[in-house]
Amino acid sequence: MQERYEIRLAGEGGQGLILAGLILAEAAAIYDGKNAAQTQSYGPEARGGASKSEVIISEGEIDYPKVIKADVLLTLGQEACDKYFHELKKDGILIVDSVNVERVPTTRAYKVPITKLAEEATGRRITANIVGLGLLVGLTGVVSRKAVEAAVKARAPKGTEELNLKALAAGFEKAEELKKEG
Amino acid sequence: MAVKLMQGNEACAEGAIAAGCRFFAGYPITPATGIAEALARRLPQVGGKFIQMEDEIASIAAVIGASVGGAKAMTATSGPGFSLMQENIGYAAMAEIPCVIVDVQRGGPSTGLPTAPSQGDVMQSRWGTHGDHPIIVLSPSSVAETFHLTVQAFNFSEKYRTPVILLMDEVIAHMREKVELPSAEMIEVTERISTDVPAEWYFPYDEAASDVPPMVSFGEGYRYHITGLMHDRAGFPTLRLDEINPWLTRVFRKIERGLGEIIMVEEEWTKGARTVVVAYGCTVRSARHAVRMAQGKRYKVGLVKLLTLWPFAEEVIEQVARTARRIIVPELNRGQLALEVERVAGRNKVRRVNRADGEMLTPQQILAAIEEK
Repeated sequence: MQERYEIRLAGEGGQGLILAGLILAEAAAIYDGKNAAQTQSYGPEARGGASKSEVIISEGEIDYPKVIKADVLLTLGQEACDKYFHELKKDGILIVDSVNVERVPTTRAYKVPITKLAEEATGRRITANIVGLGLLVGLTGVVSRKAVEAAVKARAPKGTEELNLKALAAGFEKAEELKKEG
Repeated sequence: MAVKLMQGNEACAEGAIAAGCRFFAGYPITPATGIAEALARRLPQVGGKFIQMEDEIASIAAVIGASVGGAKAMTATSGPGFSLMQENIGYAAMAEIPCVIVDVQRGGPSTGLPTAPSQGDVMQSRWGTHGDHPIIVLSPSSVAETFHLTVQAFNFSEKYRTPVILLMDEVIAHMREKVELPSAEMIEVTERISTDVPAEWYFPYDEAASDVPPMVSFGEGYRYHITGLMHDRAGFPTLRLDEINPWLTRVFRKIERGLGEIIMVEEEWTKGARTVVVAYGCTVRSARHAVRMAQGKRYKVGLVKLLTLWPFAEEVIEQVARTARRIIVPELNRGQLALEVERVAGRNKVRRVNRADGEMLTPQQILAAIEEK
């Protein structure tokens, strides 16, 4: 793995992207033994408004904790996609929720109906963040599956662990499918 | 203790507990709420008290009262609340009552940018309360450092009988990083100096024995007076010049004598550096990245990280100014600590890099200043 791997999760407040970032950082730092820094940015509103979460993963020390040029951008909303696409590396990976993002700025993107997959897997749209996380980890291998599963178990609200693991598995399954398609 | 992924706010709360803090009074405000949240959970577990007050003025007042009662006490707030606390911070300085005030800086003025980082309270942390007064201000640049500097803030406040301000920022407060908290026996904790002289011989501001007079808690049978007015050794108001001047000299002298331990600075690659970046708080992170990038381009550049902002690290900056051709001061404000660096190093040597729009300075912005001819 390269020295510094930068992940940005962007969408709207309430979609659970900050939690997804926290789980990813914990998977890397605690369960995979790497270094990780997770930061967040959101507006003063309690719900809605732009929200993003950034995770830097590295084998070495992390100084600047924010994304400079993202290796991966996962976006659950059109506005976030438009805003952050240009801060993606040339060969960076773009993953969009095709339920919410109609106009995708490149053909080289993974367009996945993340919200729909969440509904199918758990019956709850709100698990889209975890489906997205499974998809992201499945496609990039940035942390091990074991690590992200352990982190989901540890950080999911009490009583929703199984539900969230189901959502995660749905994301991984879709990633495998996409990789086979090439 | 196990390795954990932790936010700066949580590390601050854990540092407070480790330092012996057993009282917190506060009023929730982004981005400092995490500290109150964590202490609301943690303090009862260790026999401490957590109180949510009606506002920030009451919060700092309760903290001062708790400290007089013998507890190590803390509050945490952000810009608007910090403004409200200023008068009582002066009271704590005047009455020499140890306490820790955490200010997690956000964009200002007024309610400003509640969720965005800033370093706009640097001057307020020094001069926010009126009148000449001693103060110590510490500023962490990582989650782990937040833990250690919180412990240090309590130690200094108890040792020097002074309010200490921990000046954080939104990035450090909300950022999650891997930290390994030291076990309790690895942490050095300072207790305030008390005395067991007979009650009738006790003078709370008697400087005969030490610049930091022993402090006895209320409720232990010692009756004495505390006031925000200039006071004599017994704590009663005075207008006598031979009591006012010695008091003023002593409260500044007690800090000056401790400068060796109070001023904490870390130098990285400064030996032989032609350009030196002086940074603090979250901006250290951008600065270090920029310095490494510049070194990759063969620039001779170093970094001075200030952990103590006030009193200002004059000697260190003087030393750097002797050898470096240029000093760069990046800050998330329109130039506050740069004023001090300029005062010591001279305006010609100093380049400011400023940003106050609620975003962190990027490494590229600082690199551009390093590369500037």
